[in-house]
Amino acid sequence: MQADKPDSHVVGTSVGRSDGVAKVVGTARYVDDLPKRPGELHGVTVRAPVARGTLRAVKFDPSFDWSDITVVQAADVPTNVVAVIAYDQPVLASTAINHAYEPIVLLACADRAKLARAKLAVHLDIDPLEPVLDIQTSLSDQNVVWSAPDGFGDKGTNVMKRYLITKGEADVDAEHARCARVVSGTYSTHQQEQLYIEPQGVVAWWDDDGAHVIGSIQCPYYVHKAFLKTFGLDAERIDISQAVTGGGFGGKEEYPSIIALHAALLAKKSGRPVRMIYDRAEDIEATTKRHPCECEVTTGCDADGTLRVLKMRVLMDAGAYVTLTPVVLSRGVLHAAGTYRWPTVQIEAIAVATNTPPNGAFRGFGAPQTIWAIERHMDAVAAYLGVDPMDLKRQNLLVEGDTTATGQVLRMSVSSTACLEGGLSAARYAERKRELDLENQARAQRGERKRLGIGASIFMHGAGFTGSGERMLKGKAALDLLPGGGLRIRTASTDIGQGTETVFRQIASDASGVPMEHIDFAVPSTKVCPDSGPTVASRTVMVVGSIVERCAREIGDAVKAEQARGGGSFAQAGDRLLTKGPVTVLRQYEPPDFVKWDDTTYKGDAYPCFAWMCDVAELEVDLDTFEVEVKRFHIAGDVGKAINPKMCLGQLEGGTLQAIGWALSEELVWRDGLIKNPRITNYIVPTALDAPPFETALVEAPFEFGPGGGAKGIGELPMDGGRRRSPPPSSTPPGSPCTTCRSPPSAFTPRAWAGRSANDNLPEGSQPRVDSTQAQRSAA
Amino acid sequence: MLIRLKLNGQLREVDTAPMRRLLDVLREELELTGTKEGCGEGECGTCTVLLDGEVVNACMVVIGQCDGRDVVTVEGLGSEAHLLPIQKTFVTEGGAQCGICTPGMLISAEALLRRNASPTDEQIREALAGNLCRCTGYERIVASVRAAALARSSGGAS
Repeated sequence: MQADKPDSHVVGTSVGRSDGVAKVVGTARYVDDLPKRPGELHGVTVRAPVARGTLRAVKFDPSFDWSDITVVQAADVPTNVVAVIAYDQPVLASTAINHAYEPIVLLACADRAKLARAKLAVHLDIDPLEPVLDIQTSLSDQNVVWSAPDGFGDKGTNVMKRYLITKGEADVDAEHARCARVVSGTYSTHQQEQLYIEPQGVVAWWDDDGAHVIGSIQCPYYVHKAFLKTFGLDAERIDISQAVTGGGFGGKEEYPSIIALHAALLAKKSGRPVRMIYDRAEDIEATTKRHPCECEVTTGCDADGTLRVLKMRVLMDAGAYVTLTPVVLSRGVLHAAGTYRWPTVQIEAIAVATNTPPNGAFRGFGAPQTIWAIERHMDAVAAYLGVDPMDLKRQNLLVEGDTTATGQVLRMSVSSTACLEGGLSAARYAERKRELDLENQARAQRGERKRLGIGASIFMHGAGFTGSGERMLKGKAALDLLPGGGLRIRTASTDIGQGTETVFRQIASDASGVPMEHIDFAVPSTKVCPDSGPTVASRTVMVVGSIVERCAREIGDAVKAEQARGGGSFAQAGDRLLTKGPVTVLRQYEPPDFVKWDDTTYKGDAYPCFAWMCDVAELEVDLDTFEVEVKRFHIAGDVGKAINPKMCLGQLEGGTLQAIGWALSEELVWRDGLIKNPRITNYIVPTALDAPPFETALVEAPFEFGPGGGAKGIGELPMDGGRRRSPPPSSTPPGSPCTTCRSPPSAFTPRAWAGRSANDNLPEGSQPRVDSTQAQRSAA
Repeated sequence: MLIRLKLNGQLREVDTAPMRRLLDVLREELELTGTKEGCGEGECGTCTVLLDGEVVNACMVVIGQCDGRDVVTVEGLGSEAHLLPIQKTFVTEGGAQCGICTPGMLISAEALLRRNASPTDEQIREALAGNLCRCTGYERIVASVRAAALARSSGGAS
């Protein structure tokens, strides 16, 4: 190996992904592809069949041969809590059952077929209790189903967390009374399943060094933290590594702690390695989903459309345990005001407990729910005023120097106008709107039953942890000099498909002068890599990437200094340094000084910067079948600096299609707290035929503290948009100051479109109807 | 039951219960883990392989049906040193992200290009509609297939 090229310029180029070849020849090892360890067992979970109840007994069928089955129950768990934020969730339920699919018994056996029979030979004796299954029932506190751990929630109620954001005039109702136009609306959004194509899975084993886990994991240090608490081990006796991971989207952020604890409990009791891989139904039923949300919005503006006041109440359904809900609610509330100037703001946010599986992290993390509400509300205000929604949005758009709802002055990297105008002009928005109106008139005259529509959204997403989060988190990264002038990057930031390892190599290459092919990326593992903070919150490139850049620059400079002193090539100089001992640079993230945040008042700089995006959709709707086809889709998205432009396109387009799927076809059907469609057959995600052709323009408004010349976080951004339905599926008759809008595809009815009824639902259990061809292939 | 099949161009024998899924026999006995399981019910296309040149879901085919037949998995496309154009372009054009759908996607795409050297975007989308991808939004996948068609027709083949 040698690395003599003094400079590298790979940032800004679309180099192929460094893990790409292994993925296209089939040698990339995902967790279920890992070779069997000697003596390995399979593990399965016996789960609660009801939403709420009291577990009286667990009975094991005496006619079944249990001799080679390992059984783990709550009594076997050293400290029976899953350590996330609060410690309210048991690793295994003992008496209280708080949601359907709650884990109760773990079983392991070498023979998978016998294990499946063993699962059926476990009988749970449960007294059912009345469950609480929706936000409004929970909020009434008539049936309190959650007990607040210390420091969390309101005692004696179902309320888990509250926030309040205020700005401007103290009396918002008086401010509304002073406004020429006041519009109210309620906007509710439904759950969404991440549906990563690789289900959750881990392999766990114990040896003299302690506990080992390898798995499909976004955040190895989350699992590490859970093991510290549950097993009471010393930190260095816990080894958590990531296998190649087949998508996460937040779904593998906090949940893997549970499956890893379960596999490790079985492994500990059996003394054998245990492999636990969920099948699709179990994955959909038991793991986290996007929080359902209800937003009540009342706004006031002048007769000319100038916005004056926003009053909003955000309600989220946390599910049965806290998990990450306080943080999801926080991000939701911090994005609730959208991209608009509001002199006066009052946003109240409440998360409540229900007897449903805990909701958790999913790309966007609360923001897609509230941004959908504010964008639909702006459409309703525009309809009331009789103006084009995009004119109203443009008129009130936040620009550099403006102040957000938390009082944050937007200082830098504000590309709202560039994105809005870029998106609208690329899509020929105004022109197409006229053309489609004419076409719709012609179709109506011809008696045709399909109509066309165009709509746009503008939104922003804060990158990195909220407020002082990054300062408290103290994310770290390390780089090592290798013999021959190469480098190795060590971070806990996982590549779950988004391209971390490629982009980090690009950043390190330009910063050090070492060619990319001489830069190694260590498998994220708690034994090898420092805690960089979790792979979440659109922070990987912007935050951890900037630490990598700093480490690489320092190592590169040290070797070049040695080269200047002693001559020879970069590699020779590096090798001379290595003769004196290892050369490693370990650095901690230093947030920009200007970030000031007050967690008690929820005022200040919520994020160091925001990424911005405008998207424009053209749809065709069949008025009889109500099939919706997305015909064209334009994106103008600001990434700060595109380290790898094609990967940026992949992030923006992929996130947008997840948002489109949420709007048009993805819907869980619940009955009595159980999921009736836990399958890809009837939880319908978009296929290549359902997806529109995307035309995506990258906008670059560099963030001066970002790596590679100003990169910002964009992972979550596209999920905030993409869900425009135009004309909106609400009741809003022109000129009405009141609207109701529900997001589930099954709420999208002909009557709603005809403007006759507010929120008619289809009969319970009816399926979303988007054309899907994924069921069309027959086998052999 | 002793099953003889041609697997990725080589004759292989496997002695197993005839009702086992082709997917499991490929991944376990034959140690070809490139073919993945995403749903187990023929919906996601992650386990797509070629059976006598036809695109099938290996989770919906039993091994007993494969006796005397020709099976191609992702390992039977190009090797690291000799990538097919479709494998190259999935790397260069961003068709692969997390990669879990990639083996099945490549099989479907290669089957398309073998029967249609210059497909339209609509034909590409139709050919891949049985393969779910949750990462890309499909635009980069369509671009990858388009680029591979171009590379094949301009002689840039393996």
